[in-house]
Amino acid sequence: MDVKAVRDEFPILHQEVNGHPLVYLDSSATSQKPVKVIEKLDEYYRGYNSNVHRGVHTLGTKATDEYEGAREKVRRFINASSTQEVIFTRGTTTAINTVAASYGRENLSEGDEIVITPMEHHSNIIPWQQVAKETGATLKYMPLQPDGTIDLNDAREIITDDTKIVAIMHVSNVLGTINPVKEIAQIAHQHGAVMLVDGAQSVPHMSIDVQDLDADFYAFSGHKMCGPTGIGVLYGKKSLLNEMEPVEYGGEMIDFVNLYDSTWKELPWKFEGGTPIIAGAVGLGAAIDFLTDIGLDEIKAHEQKLADYAMQQMEKIEGMQIYGPKERAGLVTFNLSDVHPHDLATVLDAEGIAVRAGHHCAQPLMRWLEVSATARASFYLYNTEEEIDRLVEGLQTTKEYFGDVF
Amino acid sequence: MSFNNLDTLYRQVIMDHYKNPRNKGSIEGDHMTVDMNNPTCGDRIQIQLQVDDGIVKDAKFEGEGCSISLASASMMTQAIKDKPVDEALKMSEIFSDLMQGNEVENEGIDLGDIEALQGVSKFPARIKCATLAWKAMEKGVDEEKQG
Repeated sequence: MDVKAVRDEFPILHQEVNGHPLVYLDSSATSQKPVKVIEKLDEYYRGYNSNVHRGVHTLGTKATDEYEGAREKVRRFINASSTQEVIFTRGTTTAINTVAASYGRENLSEGDEIVITPMEHHSNIIPWQQVAKETGATLKYMPLQPDGTIDLNDAREIITDDTKIVAIMHVSNVLGTINPVKEIAQIAHQHGAVMLVDGAQSVPHMSIDVQDLDADFYAFSGHKMCGPTGIGVLYGKKSLLNEMEPVEYGGEMIDFVNLYDSTWKELPWKFEGGTPIIAGAVGLGAAIDFLTDIGLDEIKAHEQKLADYAMQQMEKIEGMQIYGPKERAGLVTFNLSDVHPHDLATVLDAEGIAVRAGHHCAQPLMRWLEVSATARASFYLYNTEEEIDRLVEGLQTTKEYFGDVF
Repeated sequence: MSFNNLDTLYRQVIMDHYKNPRNKGSIEGDHMTVDMNNPTCGDRIQIQLQVDDGIVKDAKFEGEGCSISLASASMMTQAIKDKPVDEALKMSEIFSDLMQGNEVENEGIDLGDIEALQGVSKFPARIKCATLAWKAMEKGVDEEKQG
């Protein structure tokens, strides 16, 4: 992969921040957008902005073709068996909430169990807390190993015939752990439970085959994979989605509307109430083309190299505490001596380096780590080893700056 | 941005309050307690106030957070101690103006160390850190007033 050529595709990277060339190390929060995606949005709004699936005019047909074309691109990208299994949502959060509110409410009752892990993002915790409260089901947490990984023996122990839903993130946004979701799905299925995978941190960075993983539901966001904000995907097996009730009612998703009752469109539109996120989907389609052209395996290998290099360089800094397992996705979460992550991020920002500081929407995991906050540097296809050197220099500077305080 | 700019944020007096916090701990005897979080970053602060006859007799804090939020809590407890509640609220108003980067009318109120936090206004992402303790104090006083 030619990183220089890749960087040329991202206009935002070529600027100075606080007098230094920008080093953007916050792609796990949101990725930057390549010219192809920006231009696609421009093309849509200038060329054929129209509502989809309505009327017969030419622009409407073009918009519908592009919108449904994007759905086919997503299908191929994650190897779903049909576009009926690809539902556009506002993002991962909405996708998980849809499953909790629809499948959860319909299939859970007292005595049933939902199994998640303490490393989940709030978006894969709170929907289950709420549906557990509503239905009387019990929420259970799979324990973690000291290095922040899952032991399949624990999965076998906690998933029982009472388990109805297992919901686990594929890649941790804090620890970088790559979870064995395929094996866990197998265990879930042996007990008749369904498996939801939060793919927000996996789909942008590695090749995903939902059929191979045998996930029943798979959720992810466009904005973390070079696409626009406000678009995401819920993949679900057709047999399950067919049995589920819509969560939102209104335009787009209807079949016949009578005075006192109505019927729904078939999949996937049954779950897409209201004017859909047309520009977002079209932009996501362009992002998928962009990533596919480069190759997900190439991207993964590049990030792996960056993560290894970052770990190696950062570990040399005295007082550095890195969280998570050795084998990890392209991010490093850490604390430096007693410097609070906010203070650290402010000093790095003064050097033009953007990192995330805080609880990363994972408060239960912060308590598991026994910290109130951490700093995180996350990498994507456009990052370089030179940028990691800048980060390491910045961390040295931070230590010097706060050195006389602690 | 150079170190000079950082120095406007991390003034020596701020780092001193962070390193040697004043009034950290708990009040013995009657007092009110207010807990406040900054949900976007995980900072957590508890303010304890002992108010008698409209005067803040004692103020203490506990919590975890960055240098700015803890230093601000330390400075605040120092500033409002032995002051009338209304003056404490007035200080909070002035502090809020200070954080917005507005010109402030002190109206004879001595801000003491607090003025050192003025530099925070140039770091918009950190203003919430500095105001957390003040918001907690305001909430406590409001609750006390409503009885």
